[in-house]
Amino acid sequence: MDVGLMQMQRRLAEYTSALFKEGILDSQYVQLQELQDESNPDFVVEVVSLFFTDSEKLLNDLSRDLAQQNVDFRRVDAHVHQLKGSSSSIGAERVKNACIVFRNFCQEKNIPGCQRCLQQIKQEFLLVKSKLETLFKLEQQVVAAGGSIPTSGSLPTMQQPIL
Amino acid sequence: MASNGLVSPRRRSSDQFDGSDPSPCGSEEVHVLAVDDSLVDRKVIERLLKITSCKVTAVDSGLRALRYLGLDEEKTAGDFNGLKVDMIITDYCMPGMTGYELLKKIKESSALREIPVVIMSSENVLARIDRCMEEGAEDFIVKPVKLSDVKRLRDFMTRDVGDGTSSDGGGTTHKRKLRESFHESPPSSTVSCASSSAPAASTTRSRSPSPSPSPSVSSSKPVTATTDFDFMGFFSIRGKSNNGRHVEDSDQHLNCLKEETVA
Repeated sequence: MDVGLMQMQRRLAEYTSALFKEGILDSQYVQLQELQDESNPDFVVEVVSLFFTDSEKLLNDLSRDLAQQNVDFRRVDAHVHQLKGSSSSIGAERVKNACIVFRNFCQEKNIPGCQRCLQQIKQEFLLVKSKLETLFKLEQQVVAAGGSIPTSGSLPTMQQPIL
Repeated sequence: MASNGLVSPRRRSSDQFDGSDPSPCGSEEVHVLAVDDSLVDRKVIERLLKITSCKVTAVDSGLRALRYLGLDEEKTAGDFNGLKVDMIITDYCMPGMTGYELLKKIKESSALREIPVVIMSSENVLARIDRCMEEGAEDFIVKPVKLSDVKRLRDFMTRDVGDGTSSDGGGTTHKRKLRESFHESPPSSTVSCASSSAPAASTTRSRSPSPSPSPSVSSSKPVTATTDFDFMGFFSIRGKSNNGRHVEDSDQHLNCLKEETVA
């Protein structure tokens, strides 16, 4: 086997493994990978792209909601609920957890708390976005070099997702 | 394989499942109507269902679902404008009409009440689960939905669909066997619902098909469930307690969120 390809695959494996170790991705991401096959080779990228677009809109909505004179907390909560749901569905664990914390502050109608949380969510979102974009690039390189993308659970050297 | 409905349900058990197999139902595919306001979730559930050989129609609201089913204010029930629907899987928390409200409307309709309805929810709240099961939901799945959840539904569906004269005993037995097989799974992937903590809920609840109630399921008792993809006891995390407050549906848009409590 081409040594260059092997190195690329190893790099991909290590990068992916680190994402799970750091809690940026959880097992739901592996679920998505399991749904990808030759008939749907871009499934994960497609779903994740939807998540990115969806989330960016929700984060903008949240910024606007919290900037209102009279904050409508039910509206804020509804938006966070949506974001929590979609991040959970793709395995973006840290974003999801940040949403859970946010909702607590929302229940308390604590505006400064909510604003801090929103910043936290934005940070986590940008982090997972950047990491996944890098991951997809690495995958593309592997595929372009004639390799295939393993699912995270199938490499023996890969650390299993830790929850 | 023999024509649909006459094959032993055990042949369709999930351990024989292979994504590349042709539909085990033969020429009749199971058609599922998926309802979810989240675009991300719709895409995922659609893929989950397709990979288990179901035909899928995905809509983004309860209203659209009712329209698709031919049940809206202007039409009489049974005025189908689409394919016959074999199962409905709906998100609970949606703006406008919640999944619970959709469930009620379907069960109130003589034309549609026989269609099994599965509820999906990100919140593992016992009161919510009970409410849905009491209203006639077939099952309740805690999100995020996994392939094993859908496979289990598929197994149930292929037993049910086209089996017009399925004996209640047979159906009940099959369900019991499915649940028993959960119990036999390796310990690492088994989650027992702690009956000591009152609000602890299982991840899924199943109900035998009407008319005969399954003796092994009581709607007030959690059912132990396991999945094939239970990484590191993932589901045990979701077994944490919630206070299942039951709140009146005052605000249509967000009433589903009012039930939820601080984590």
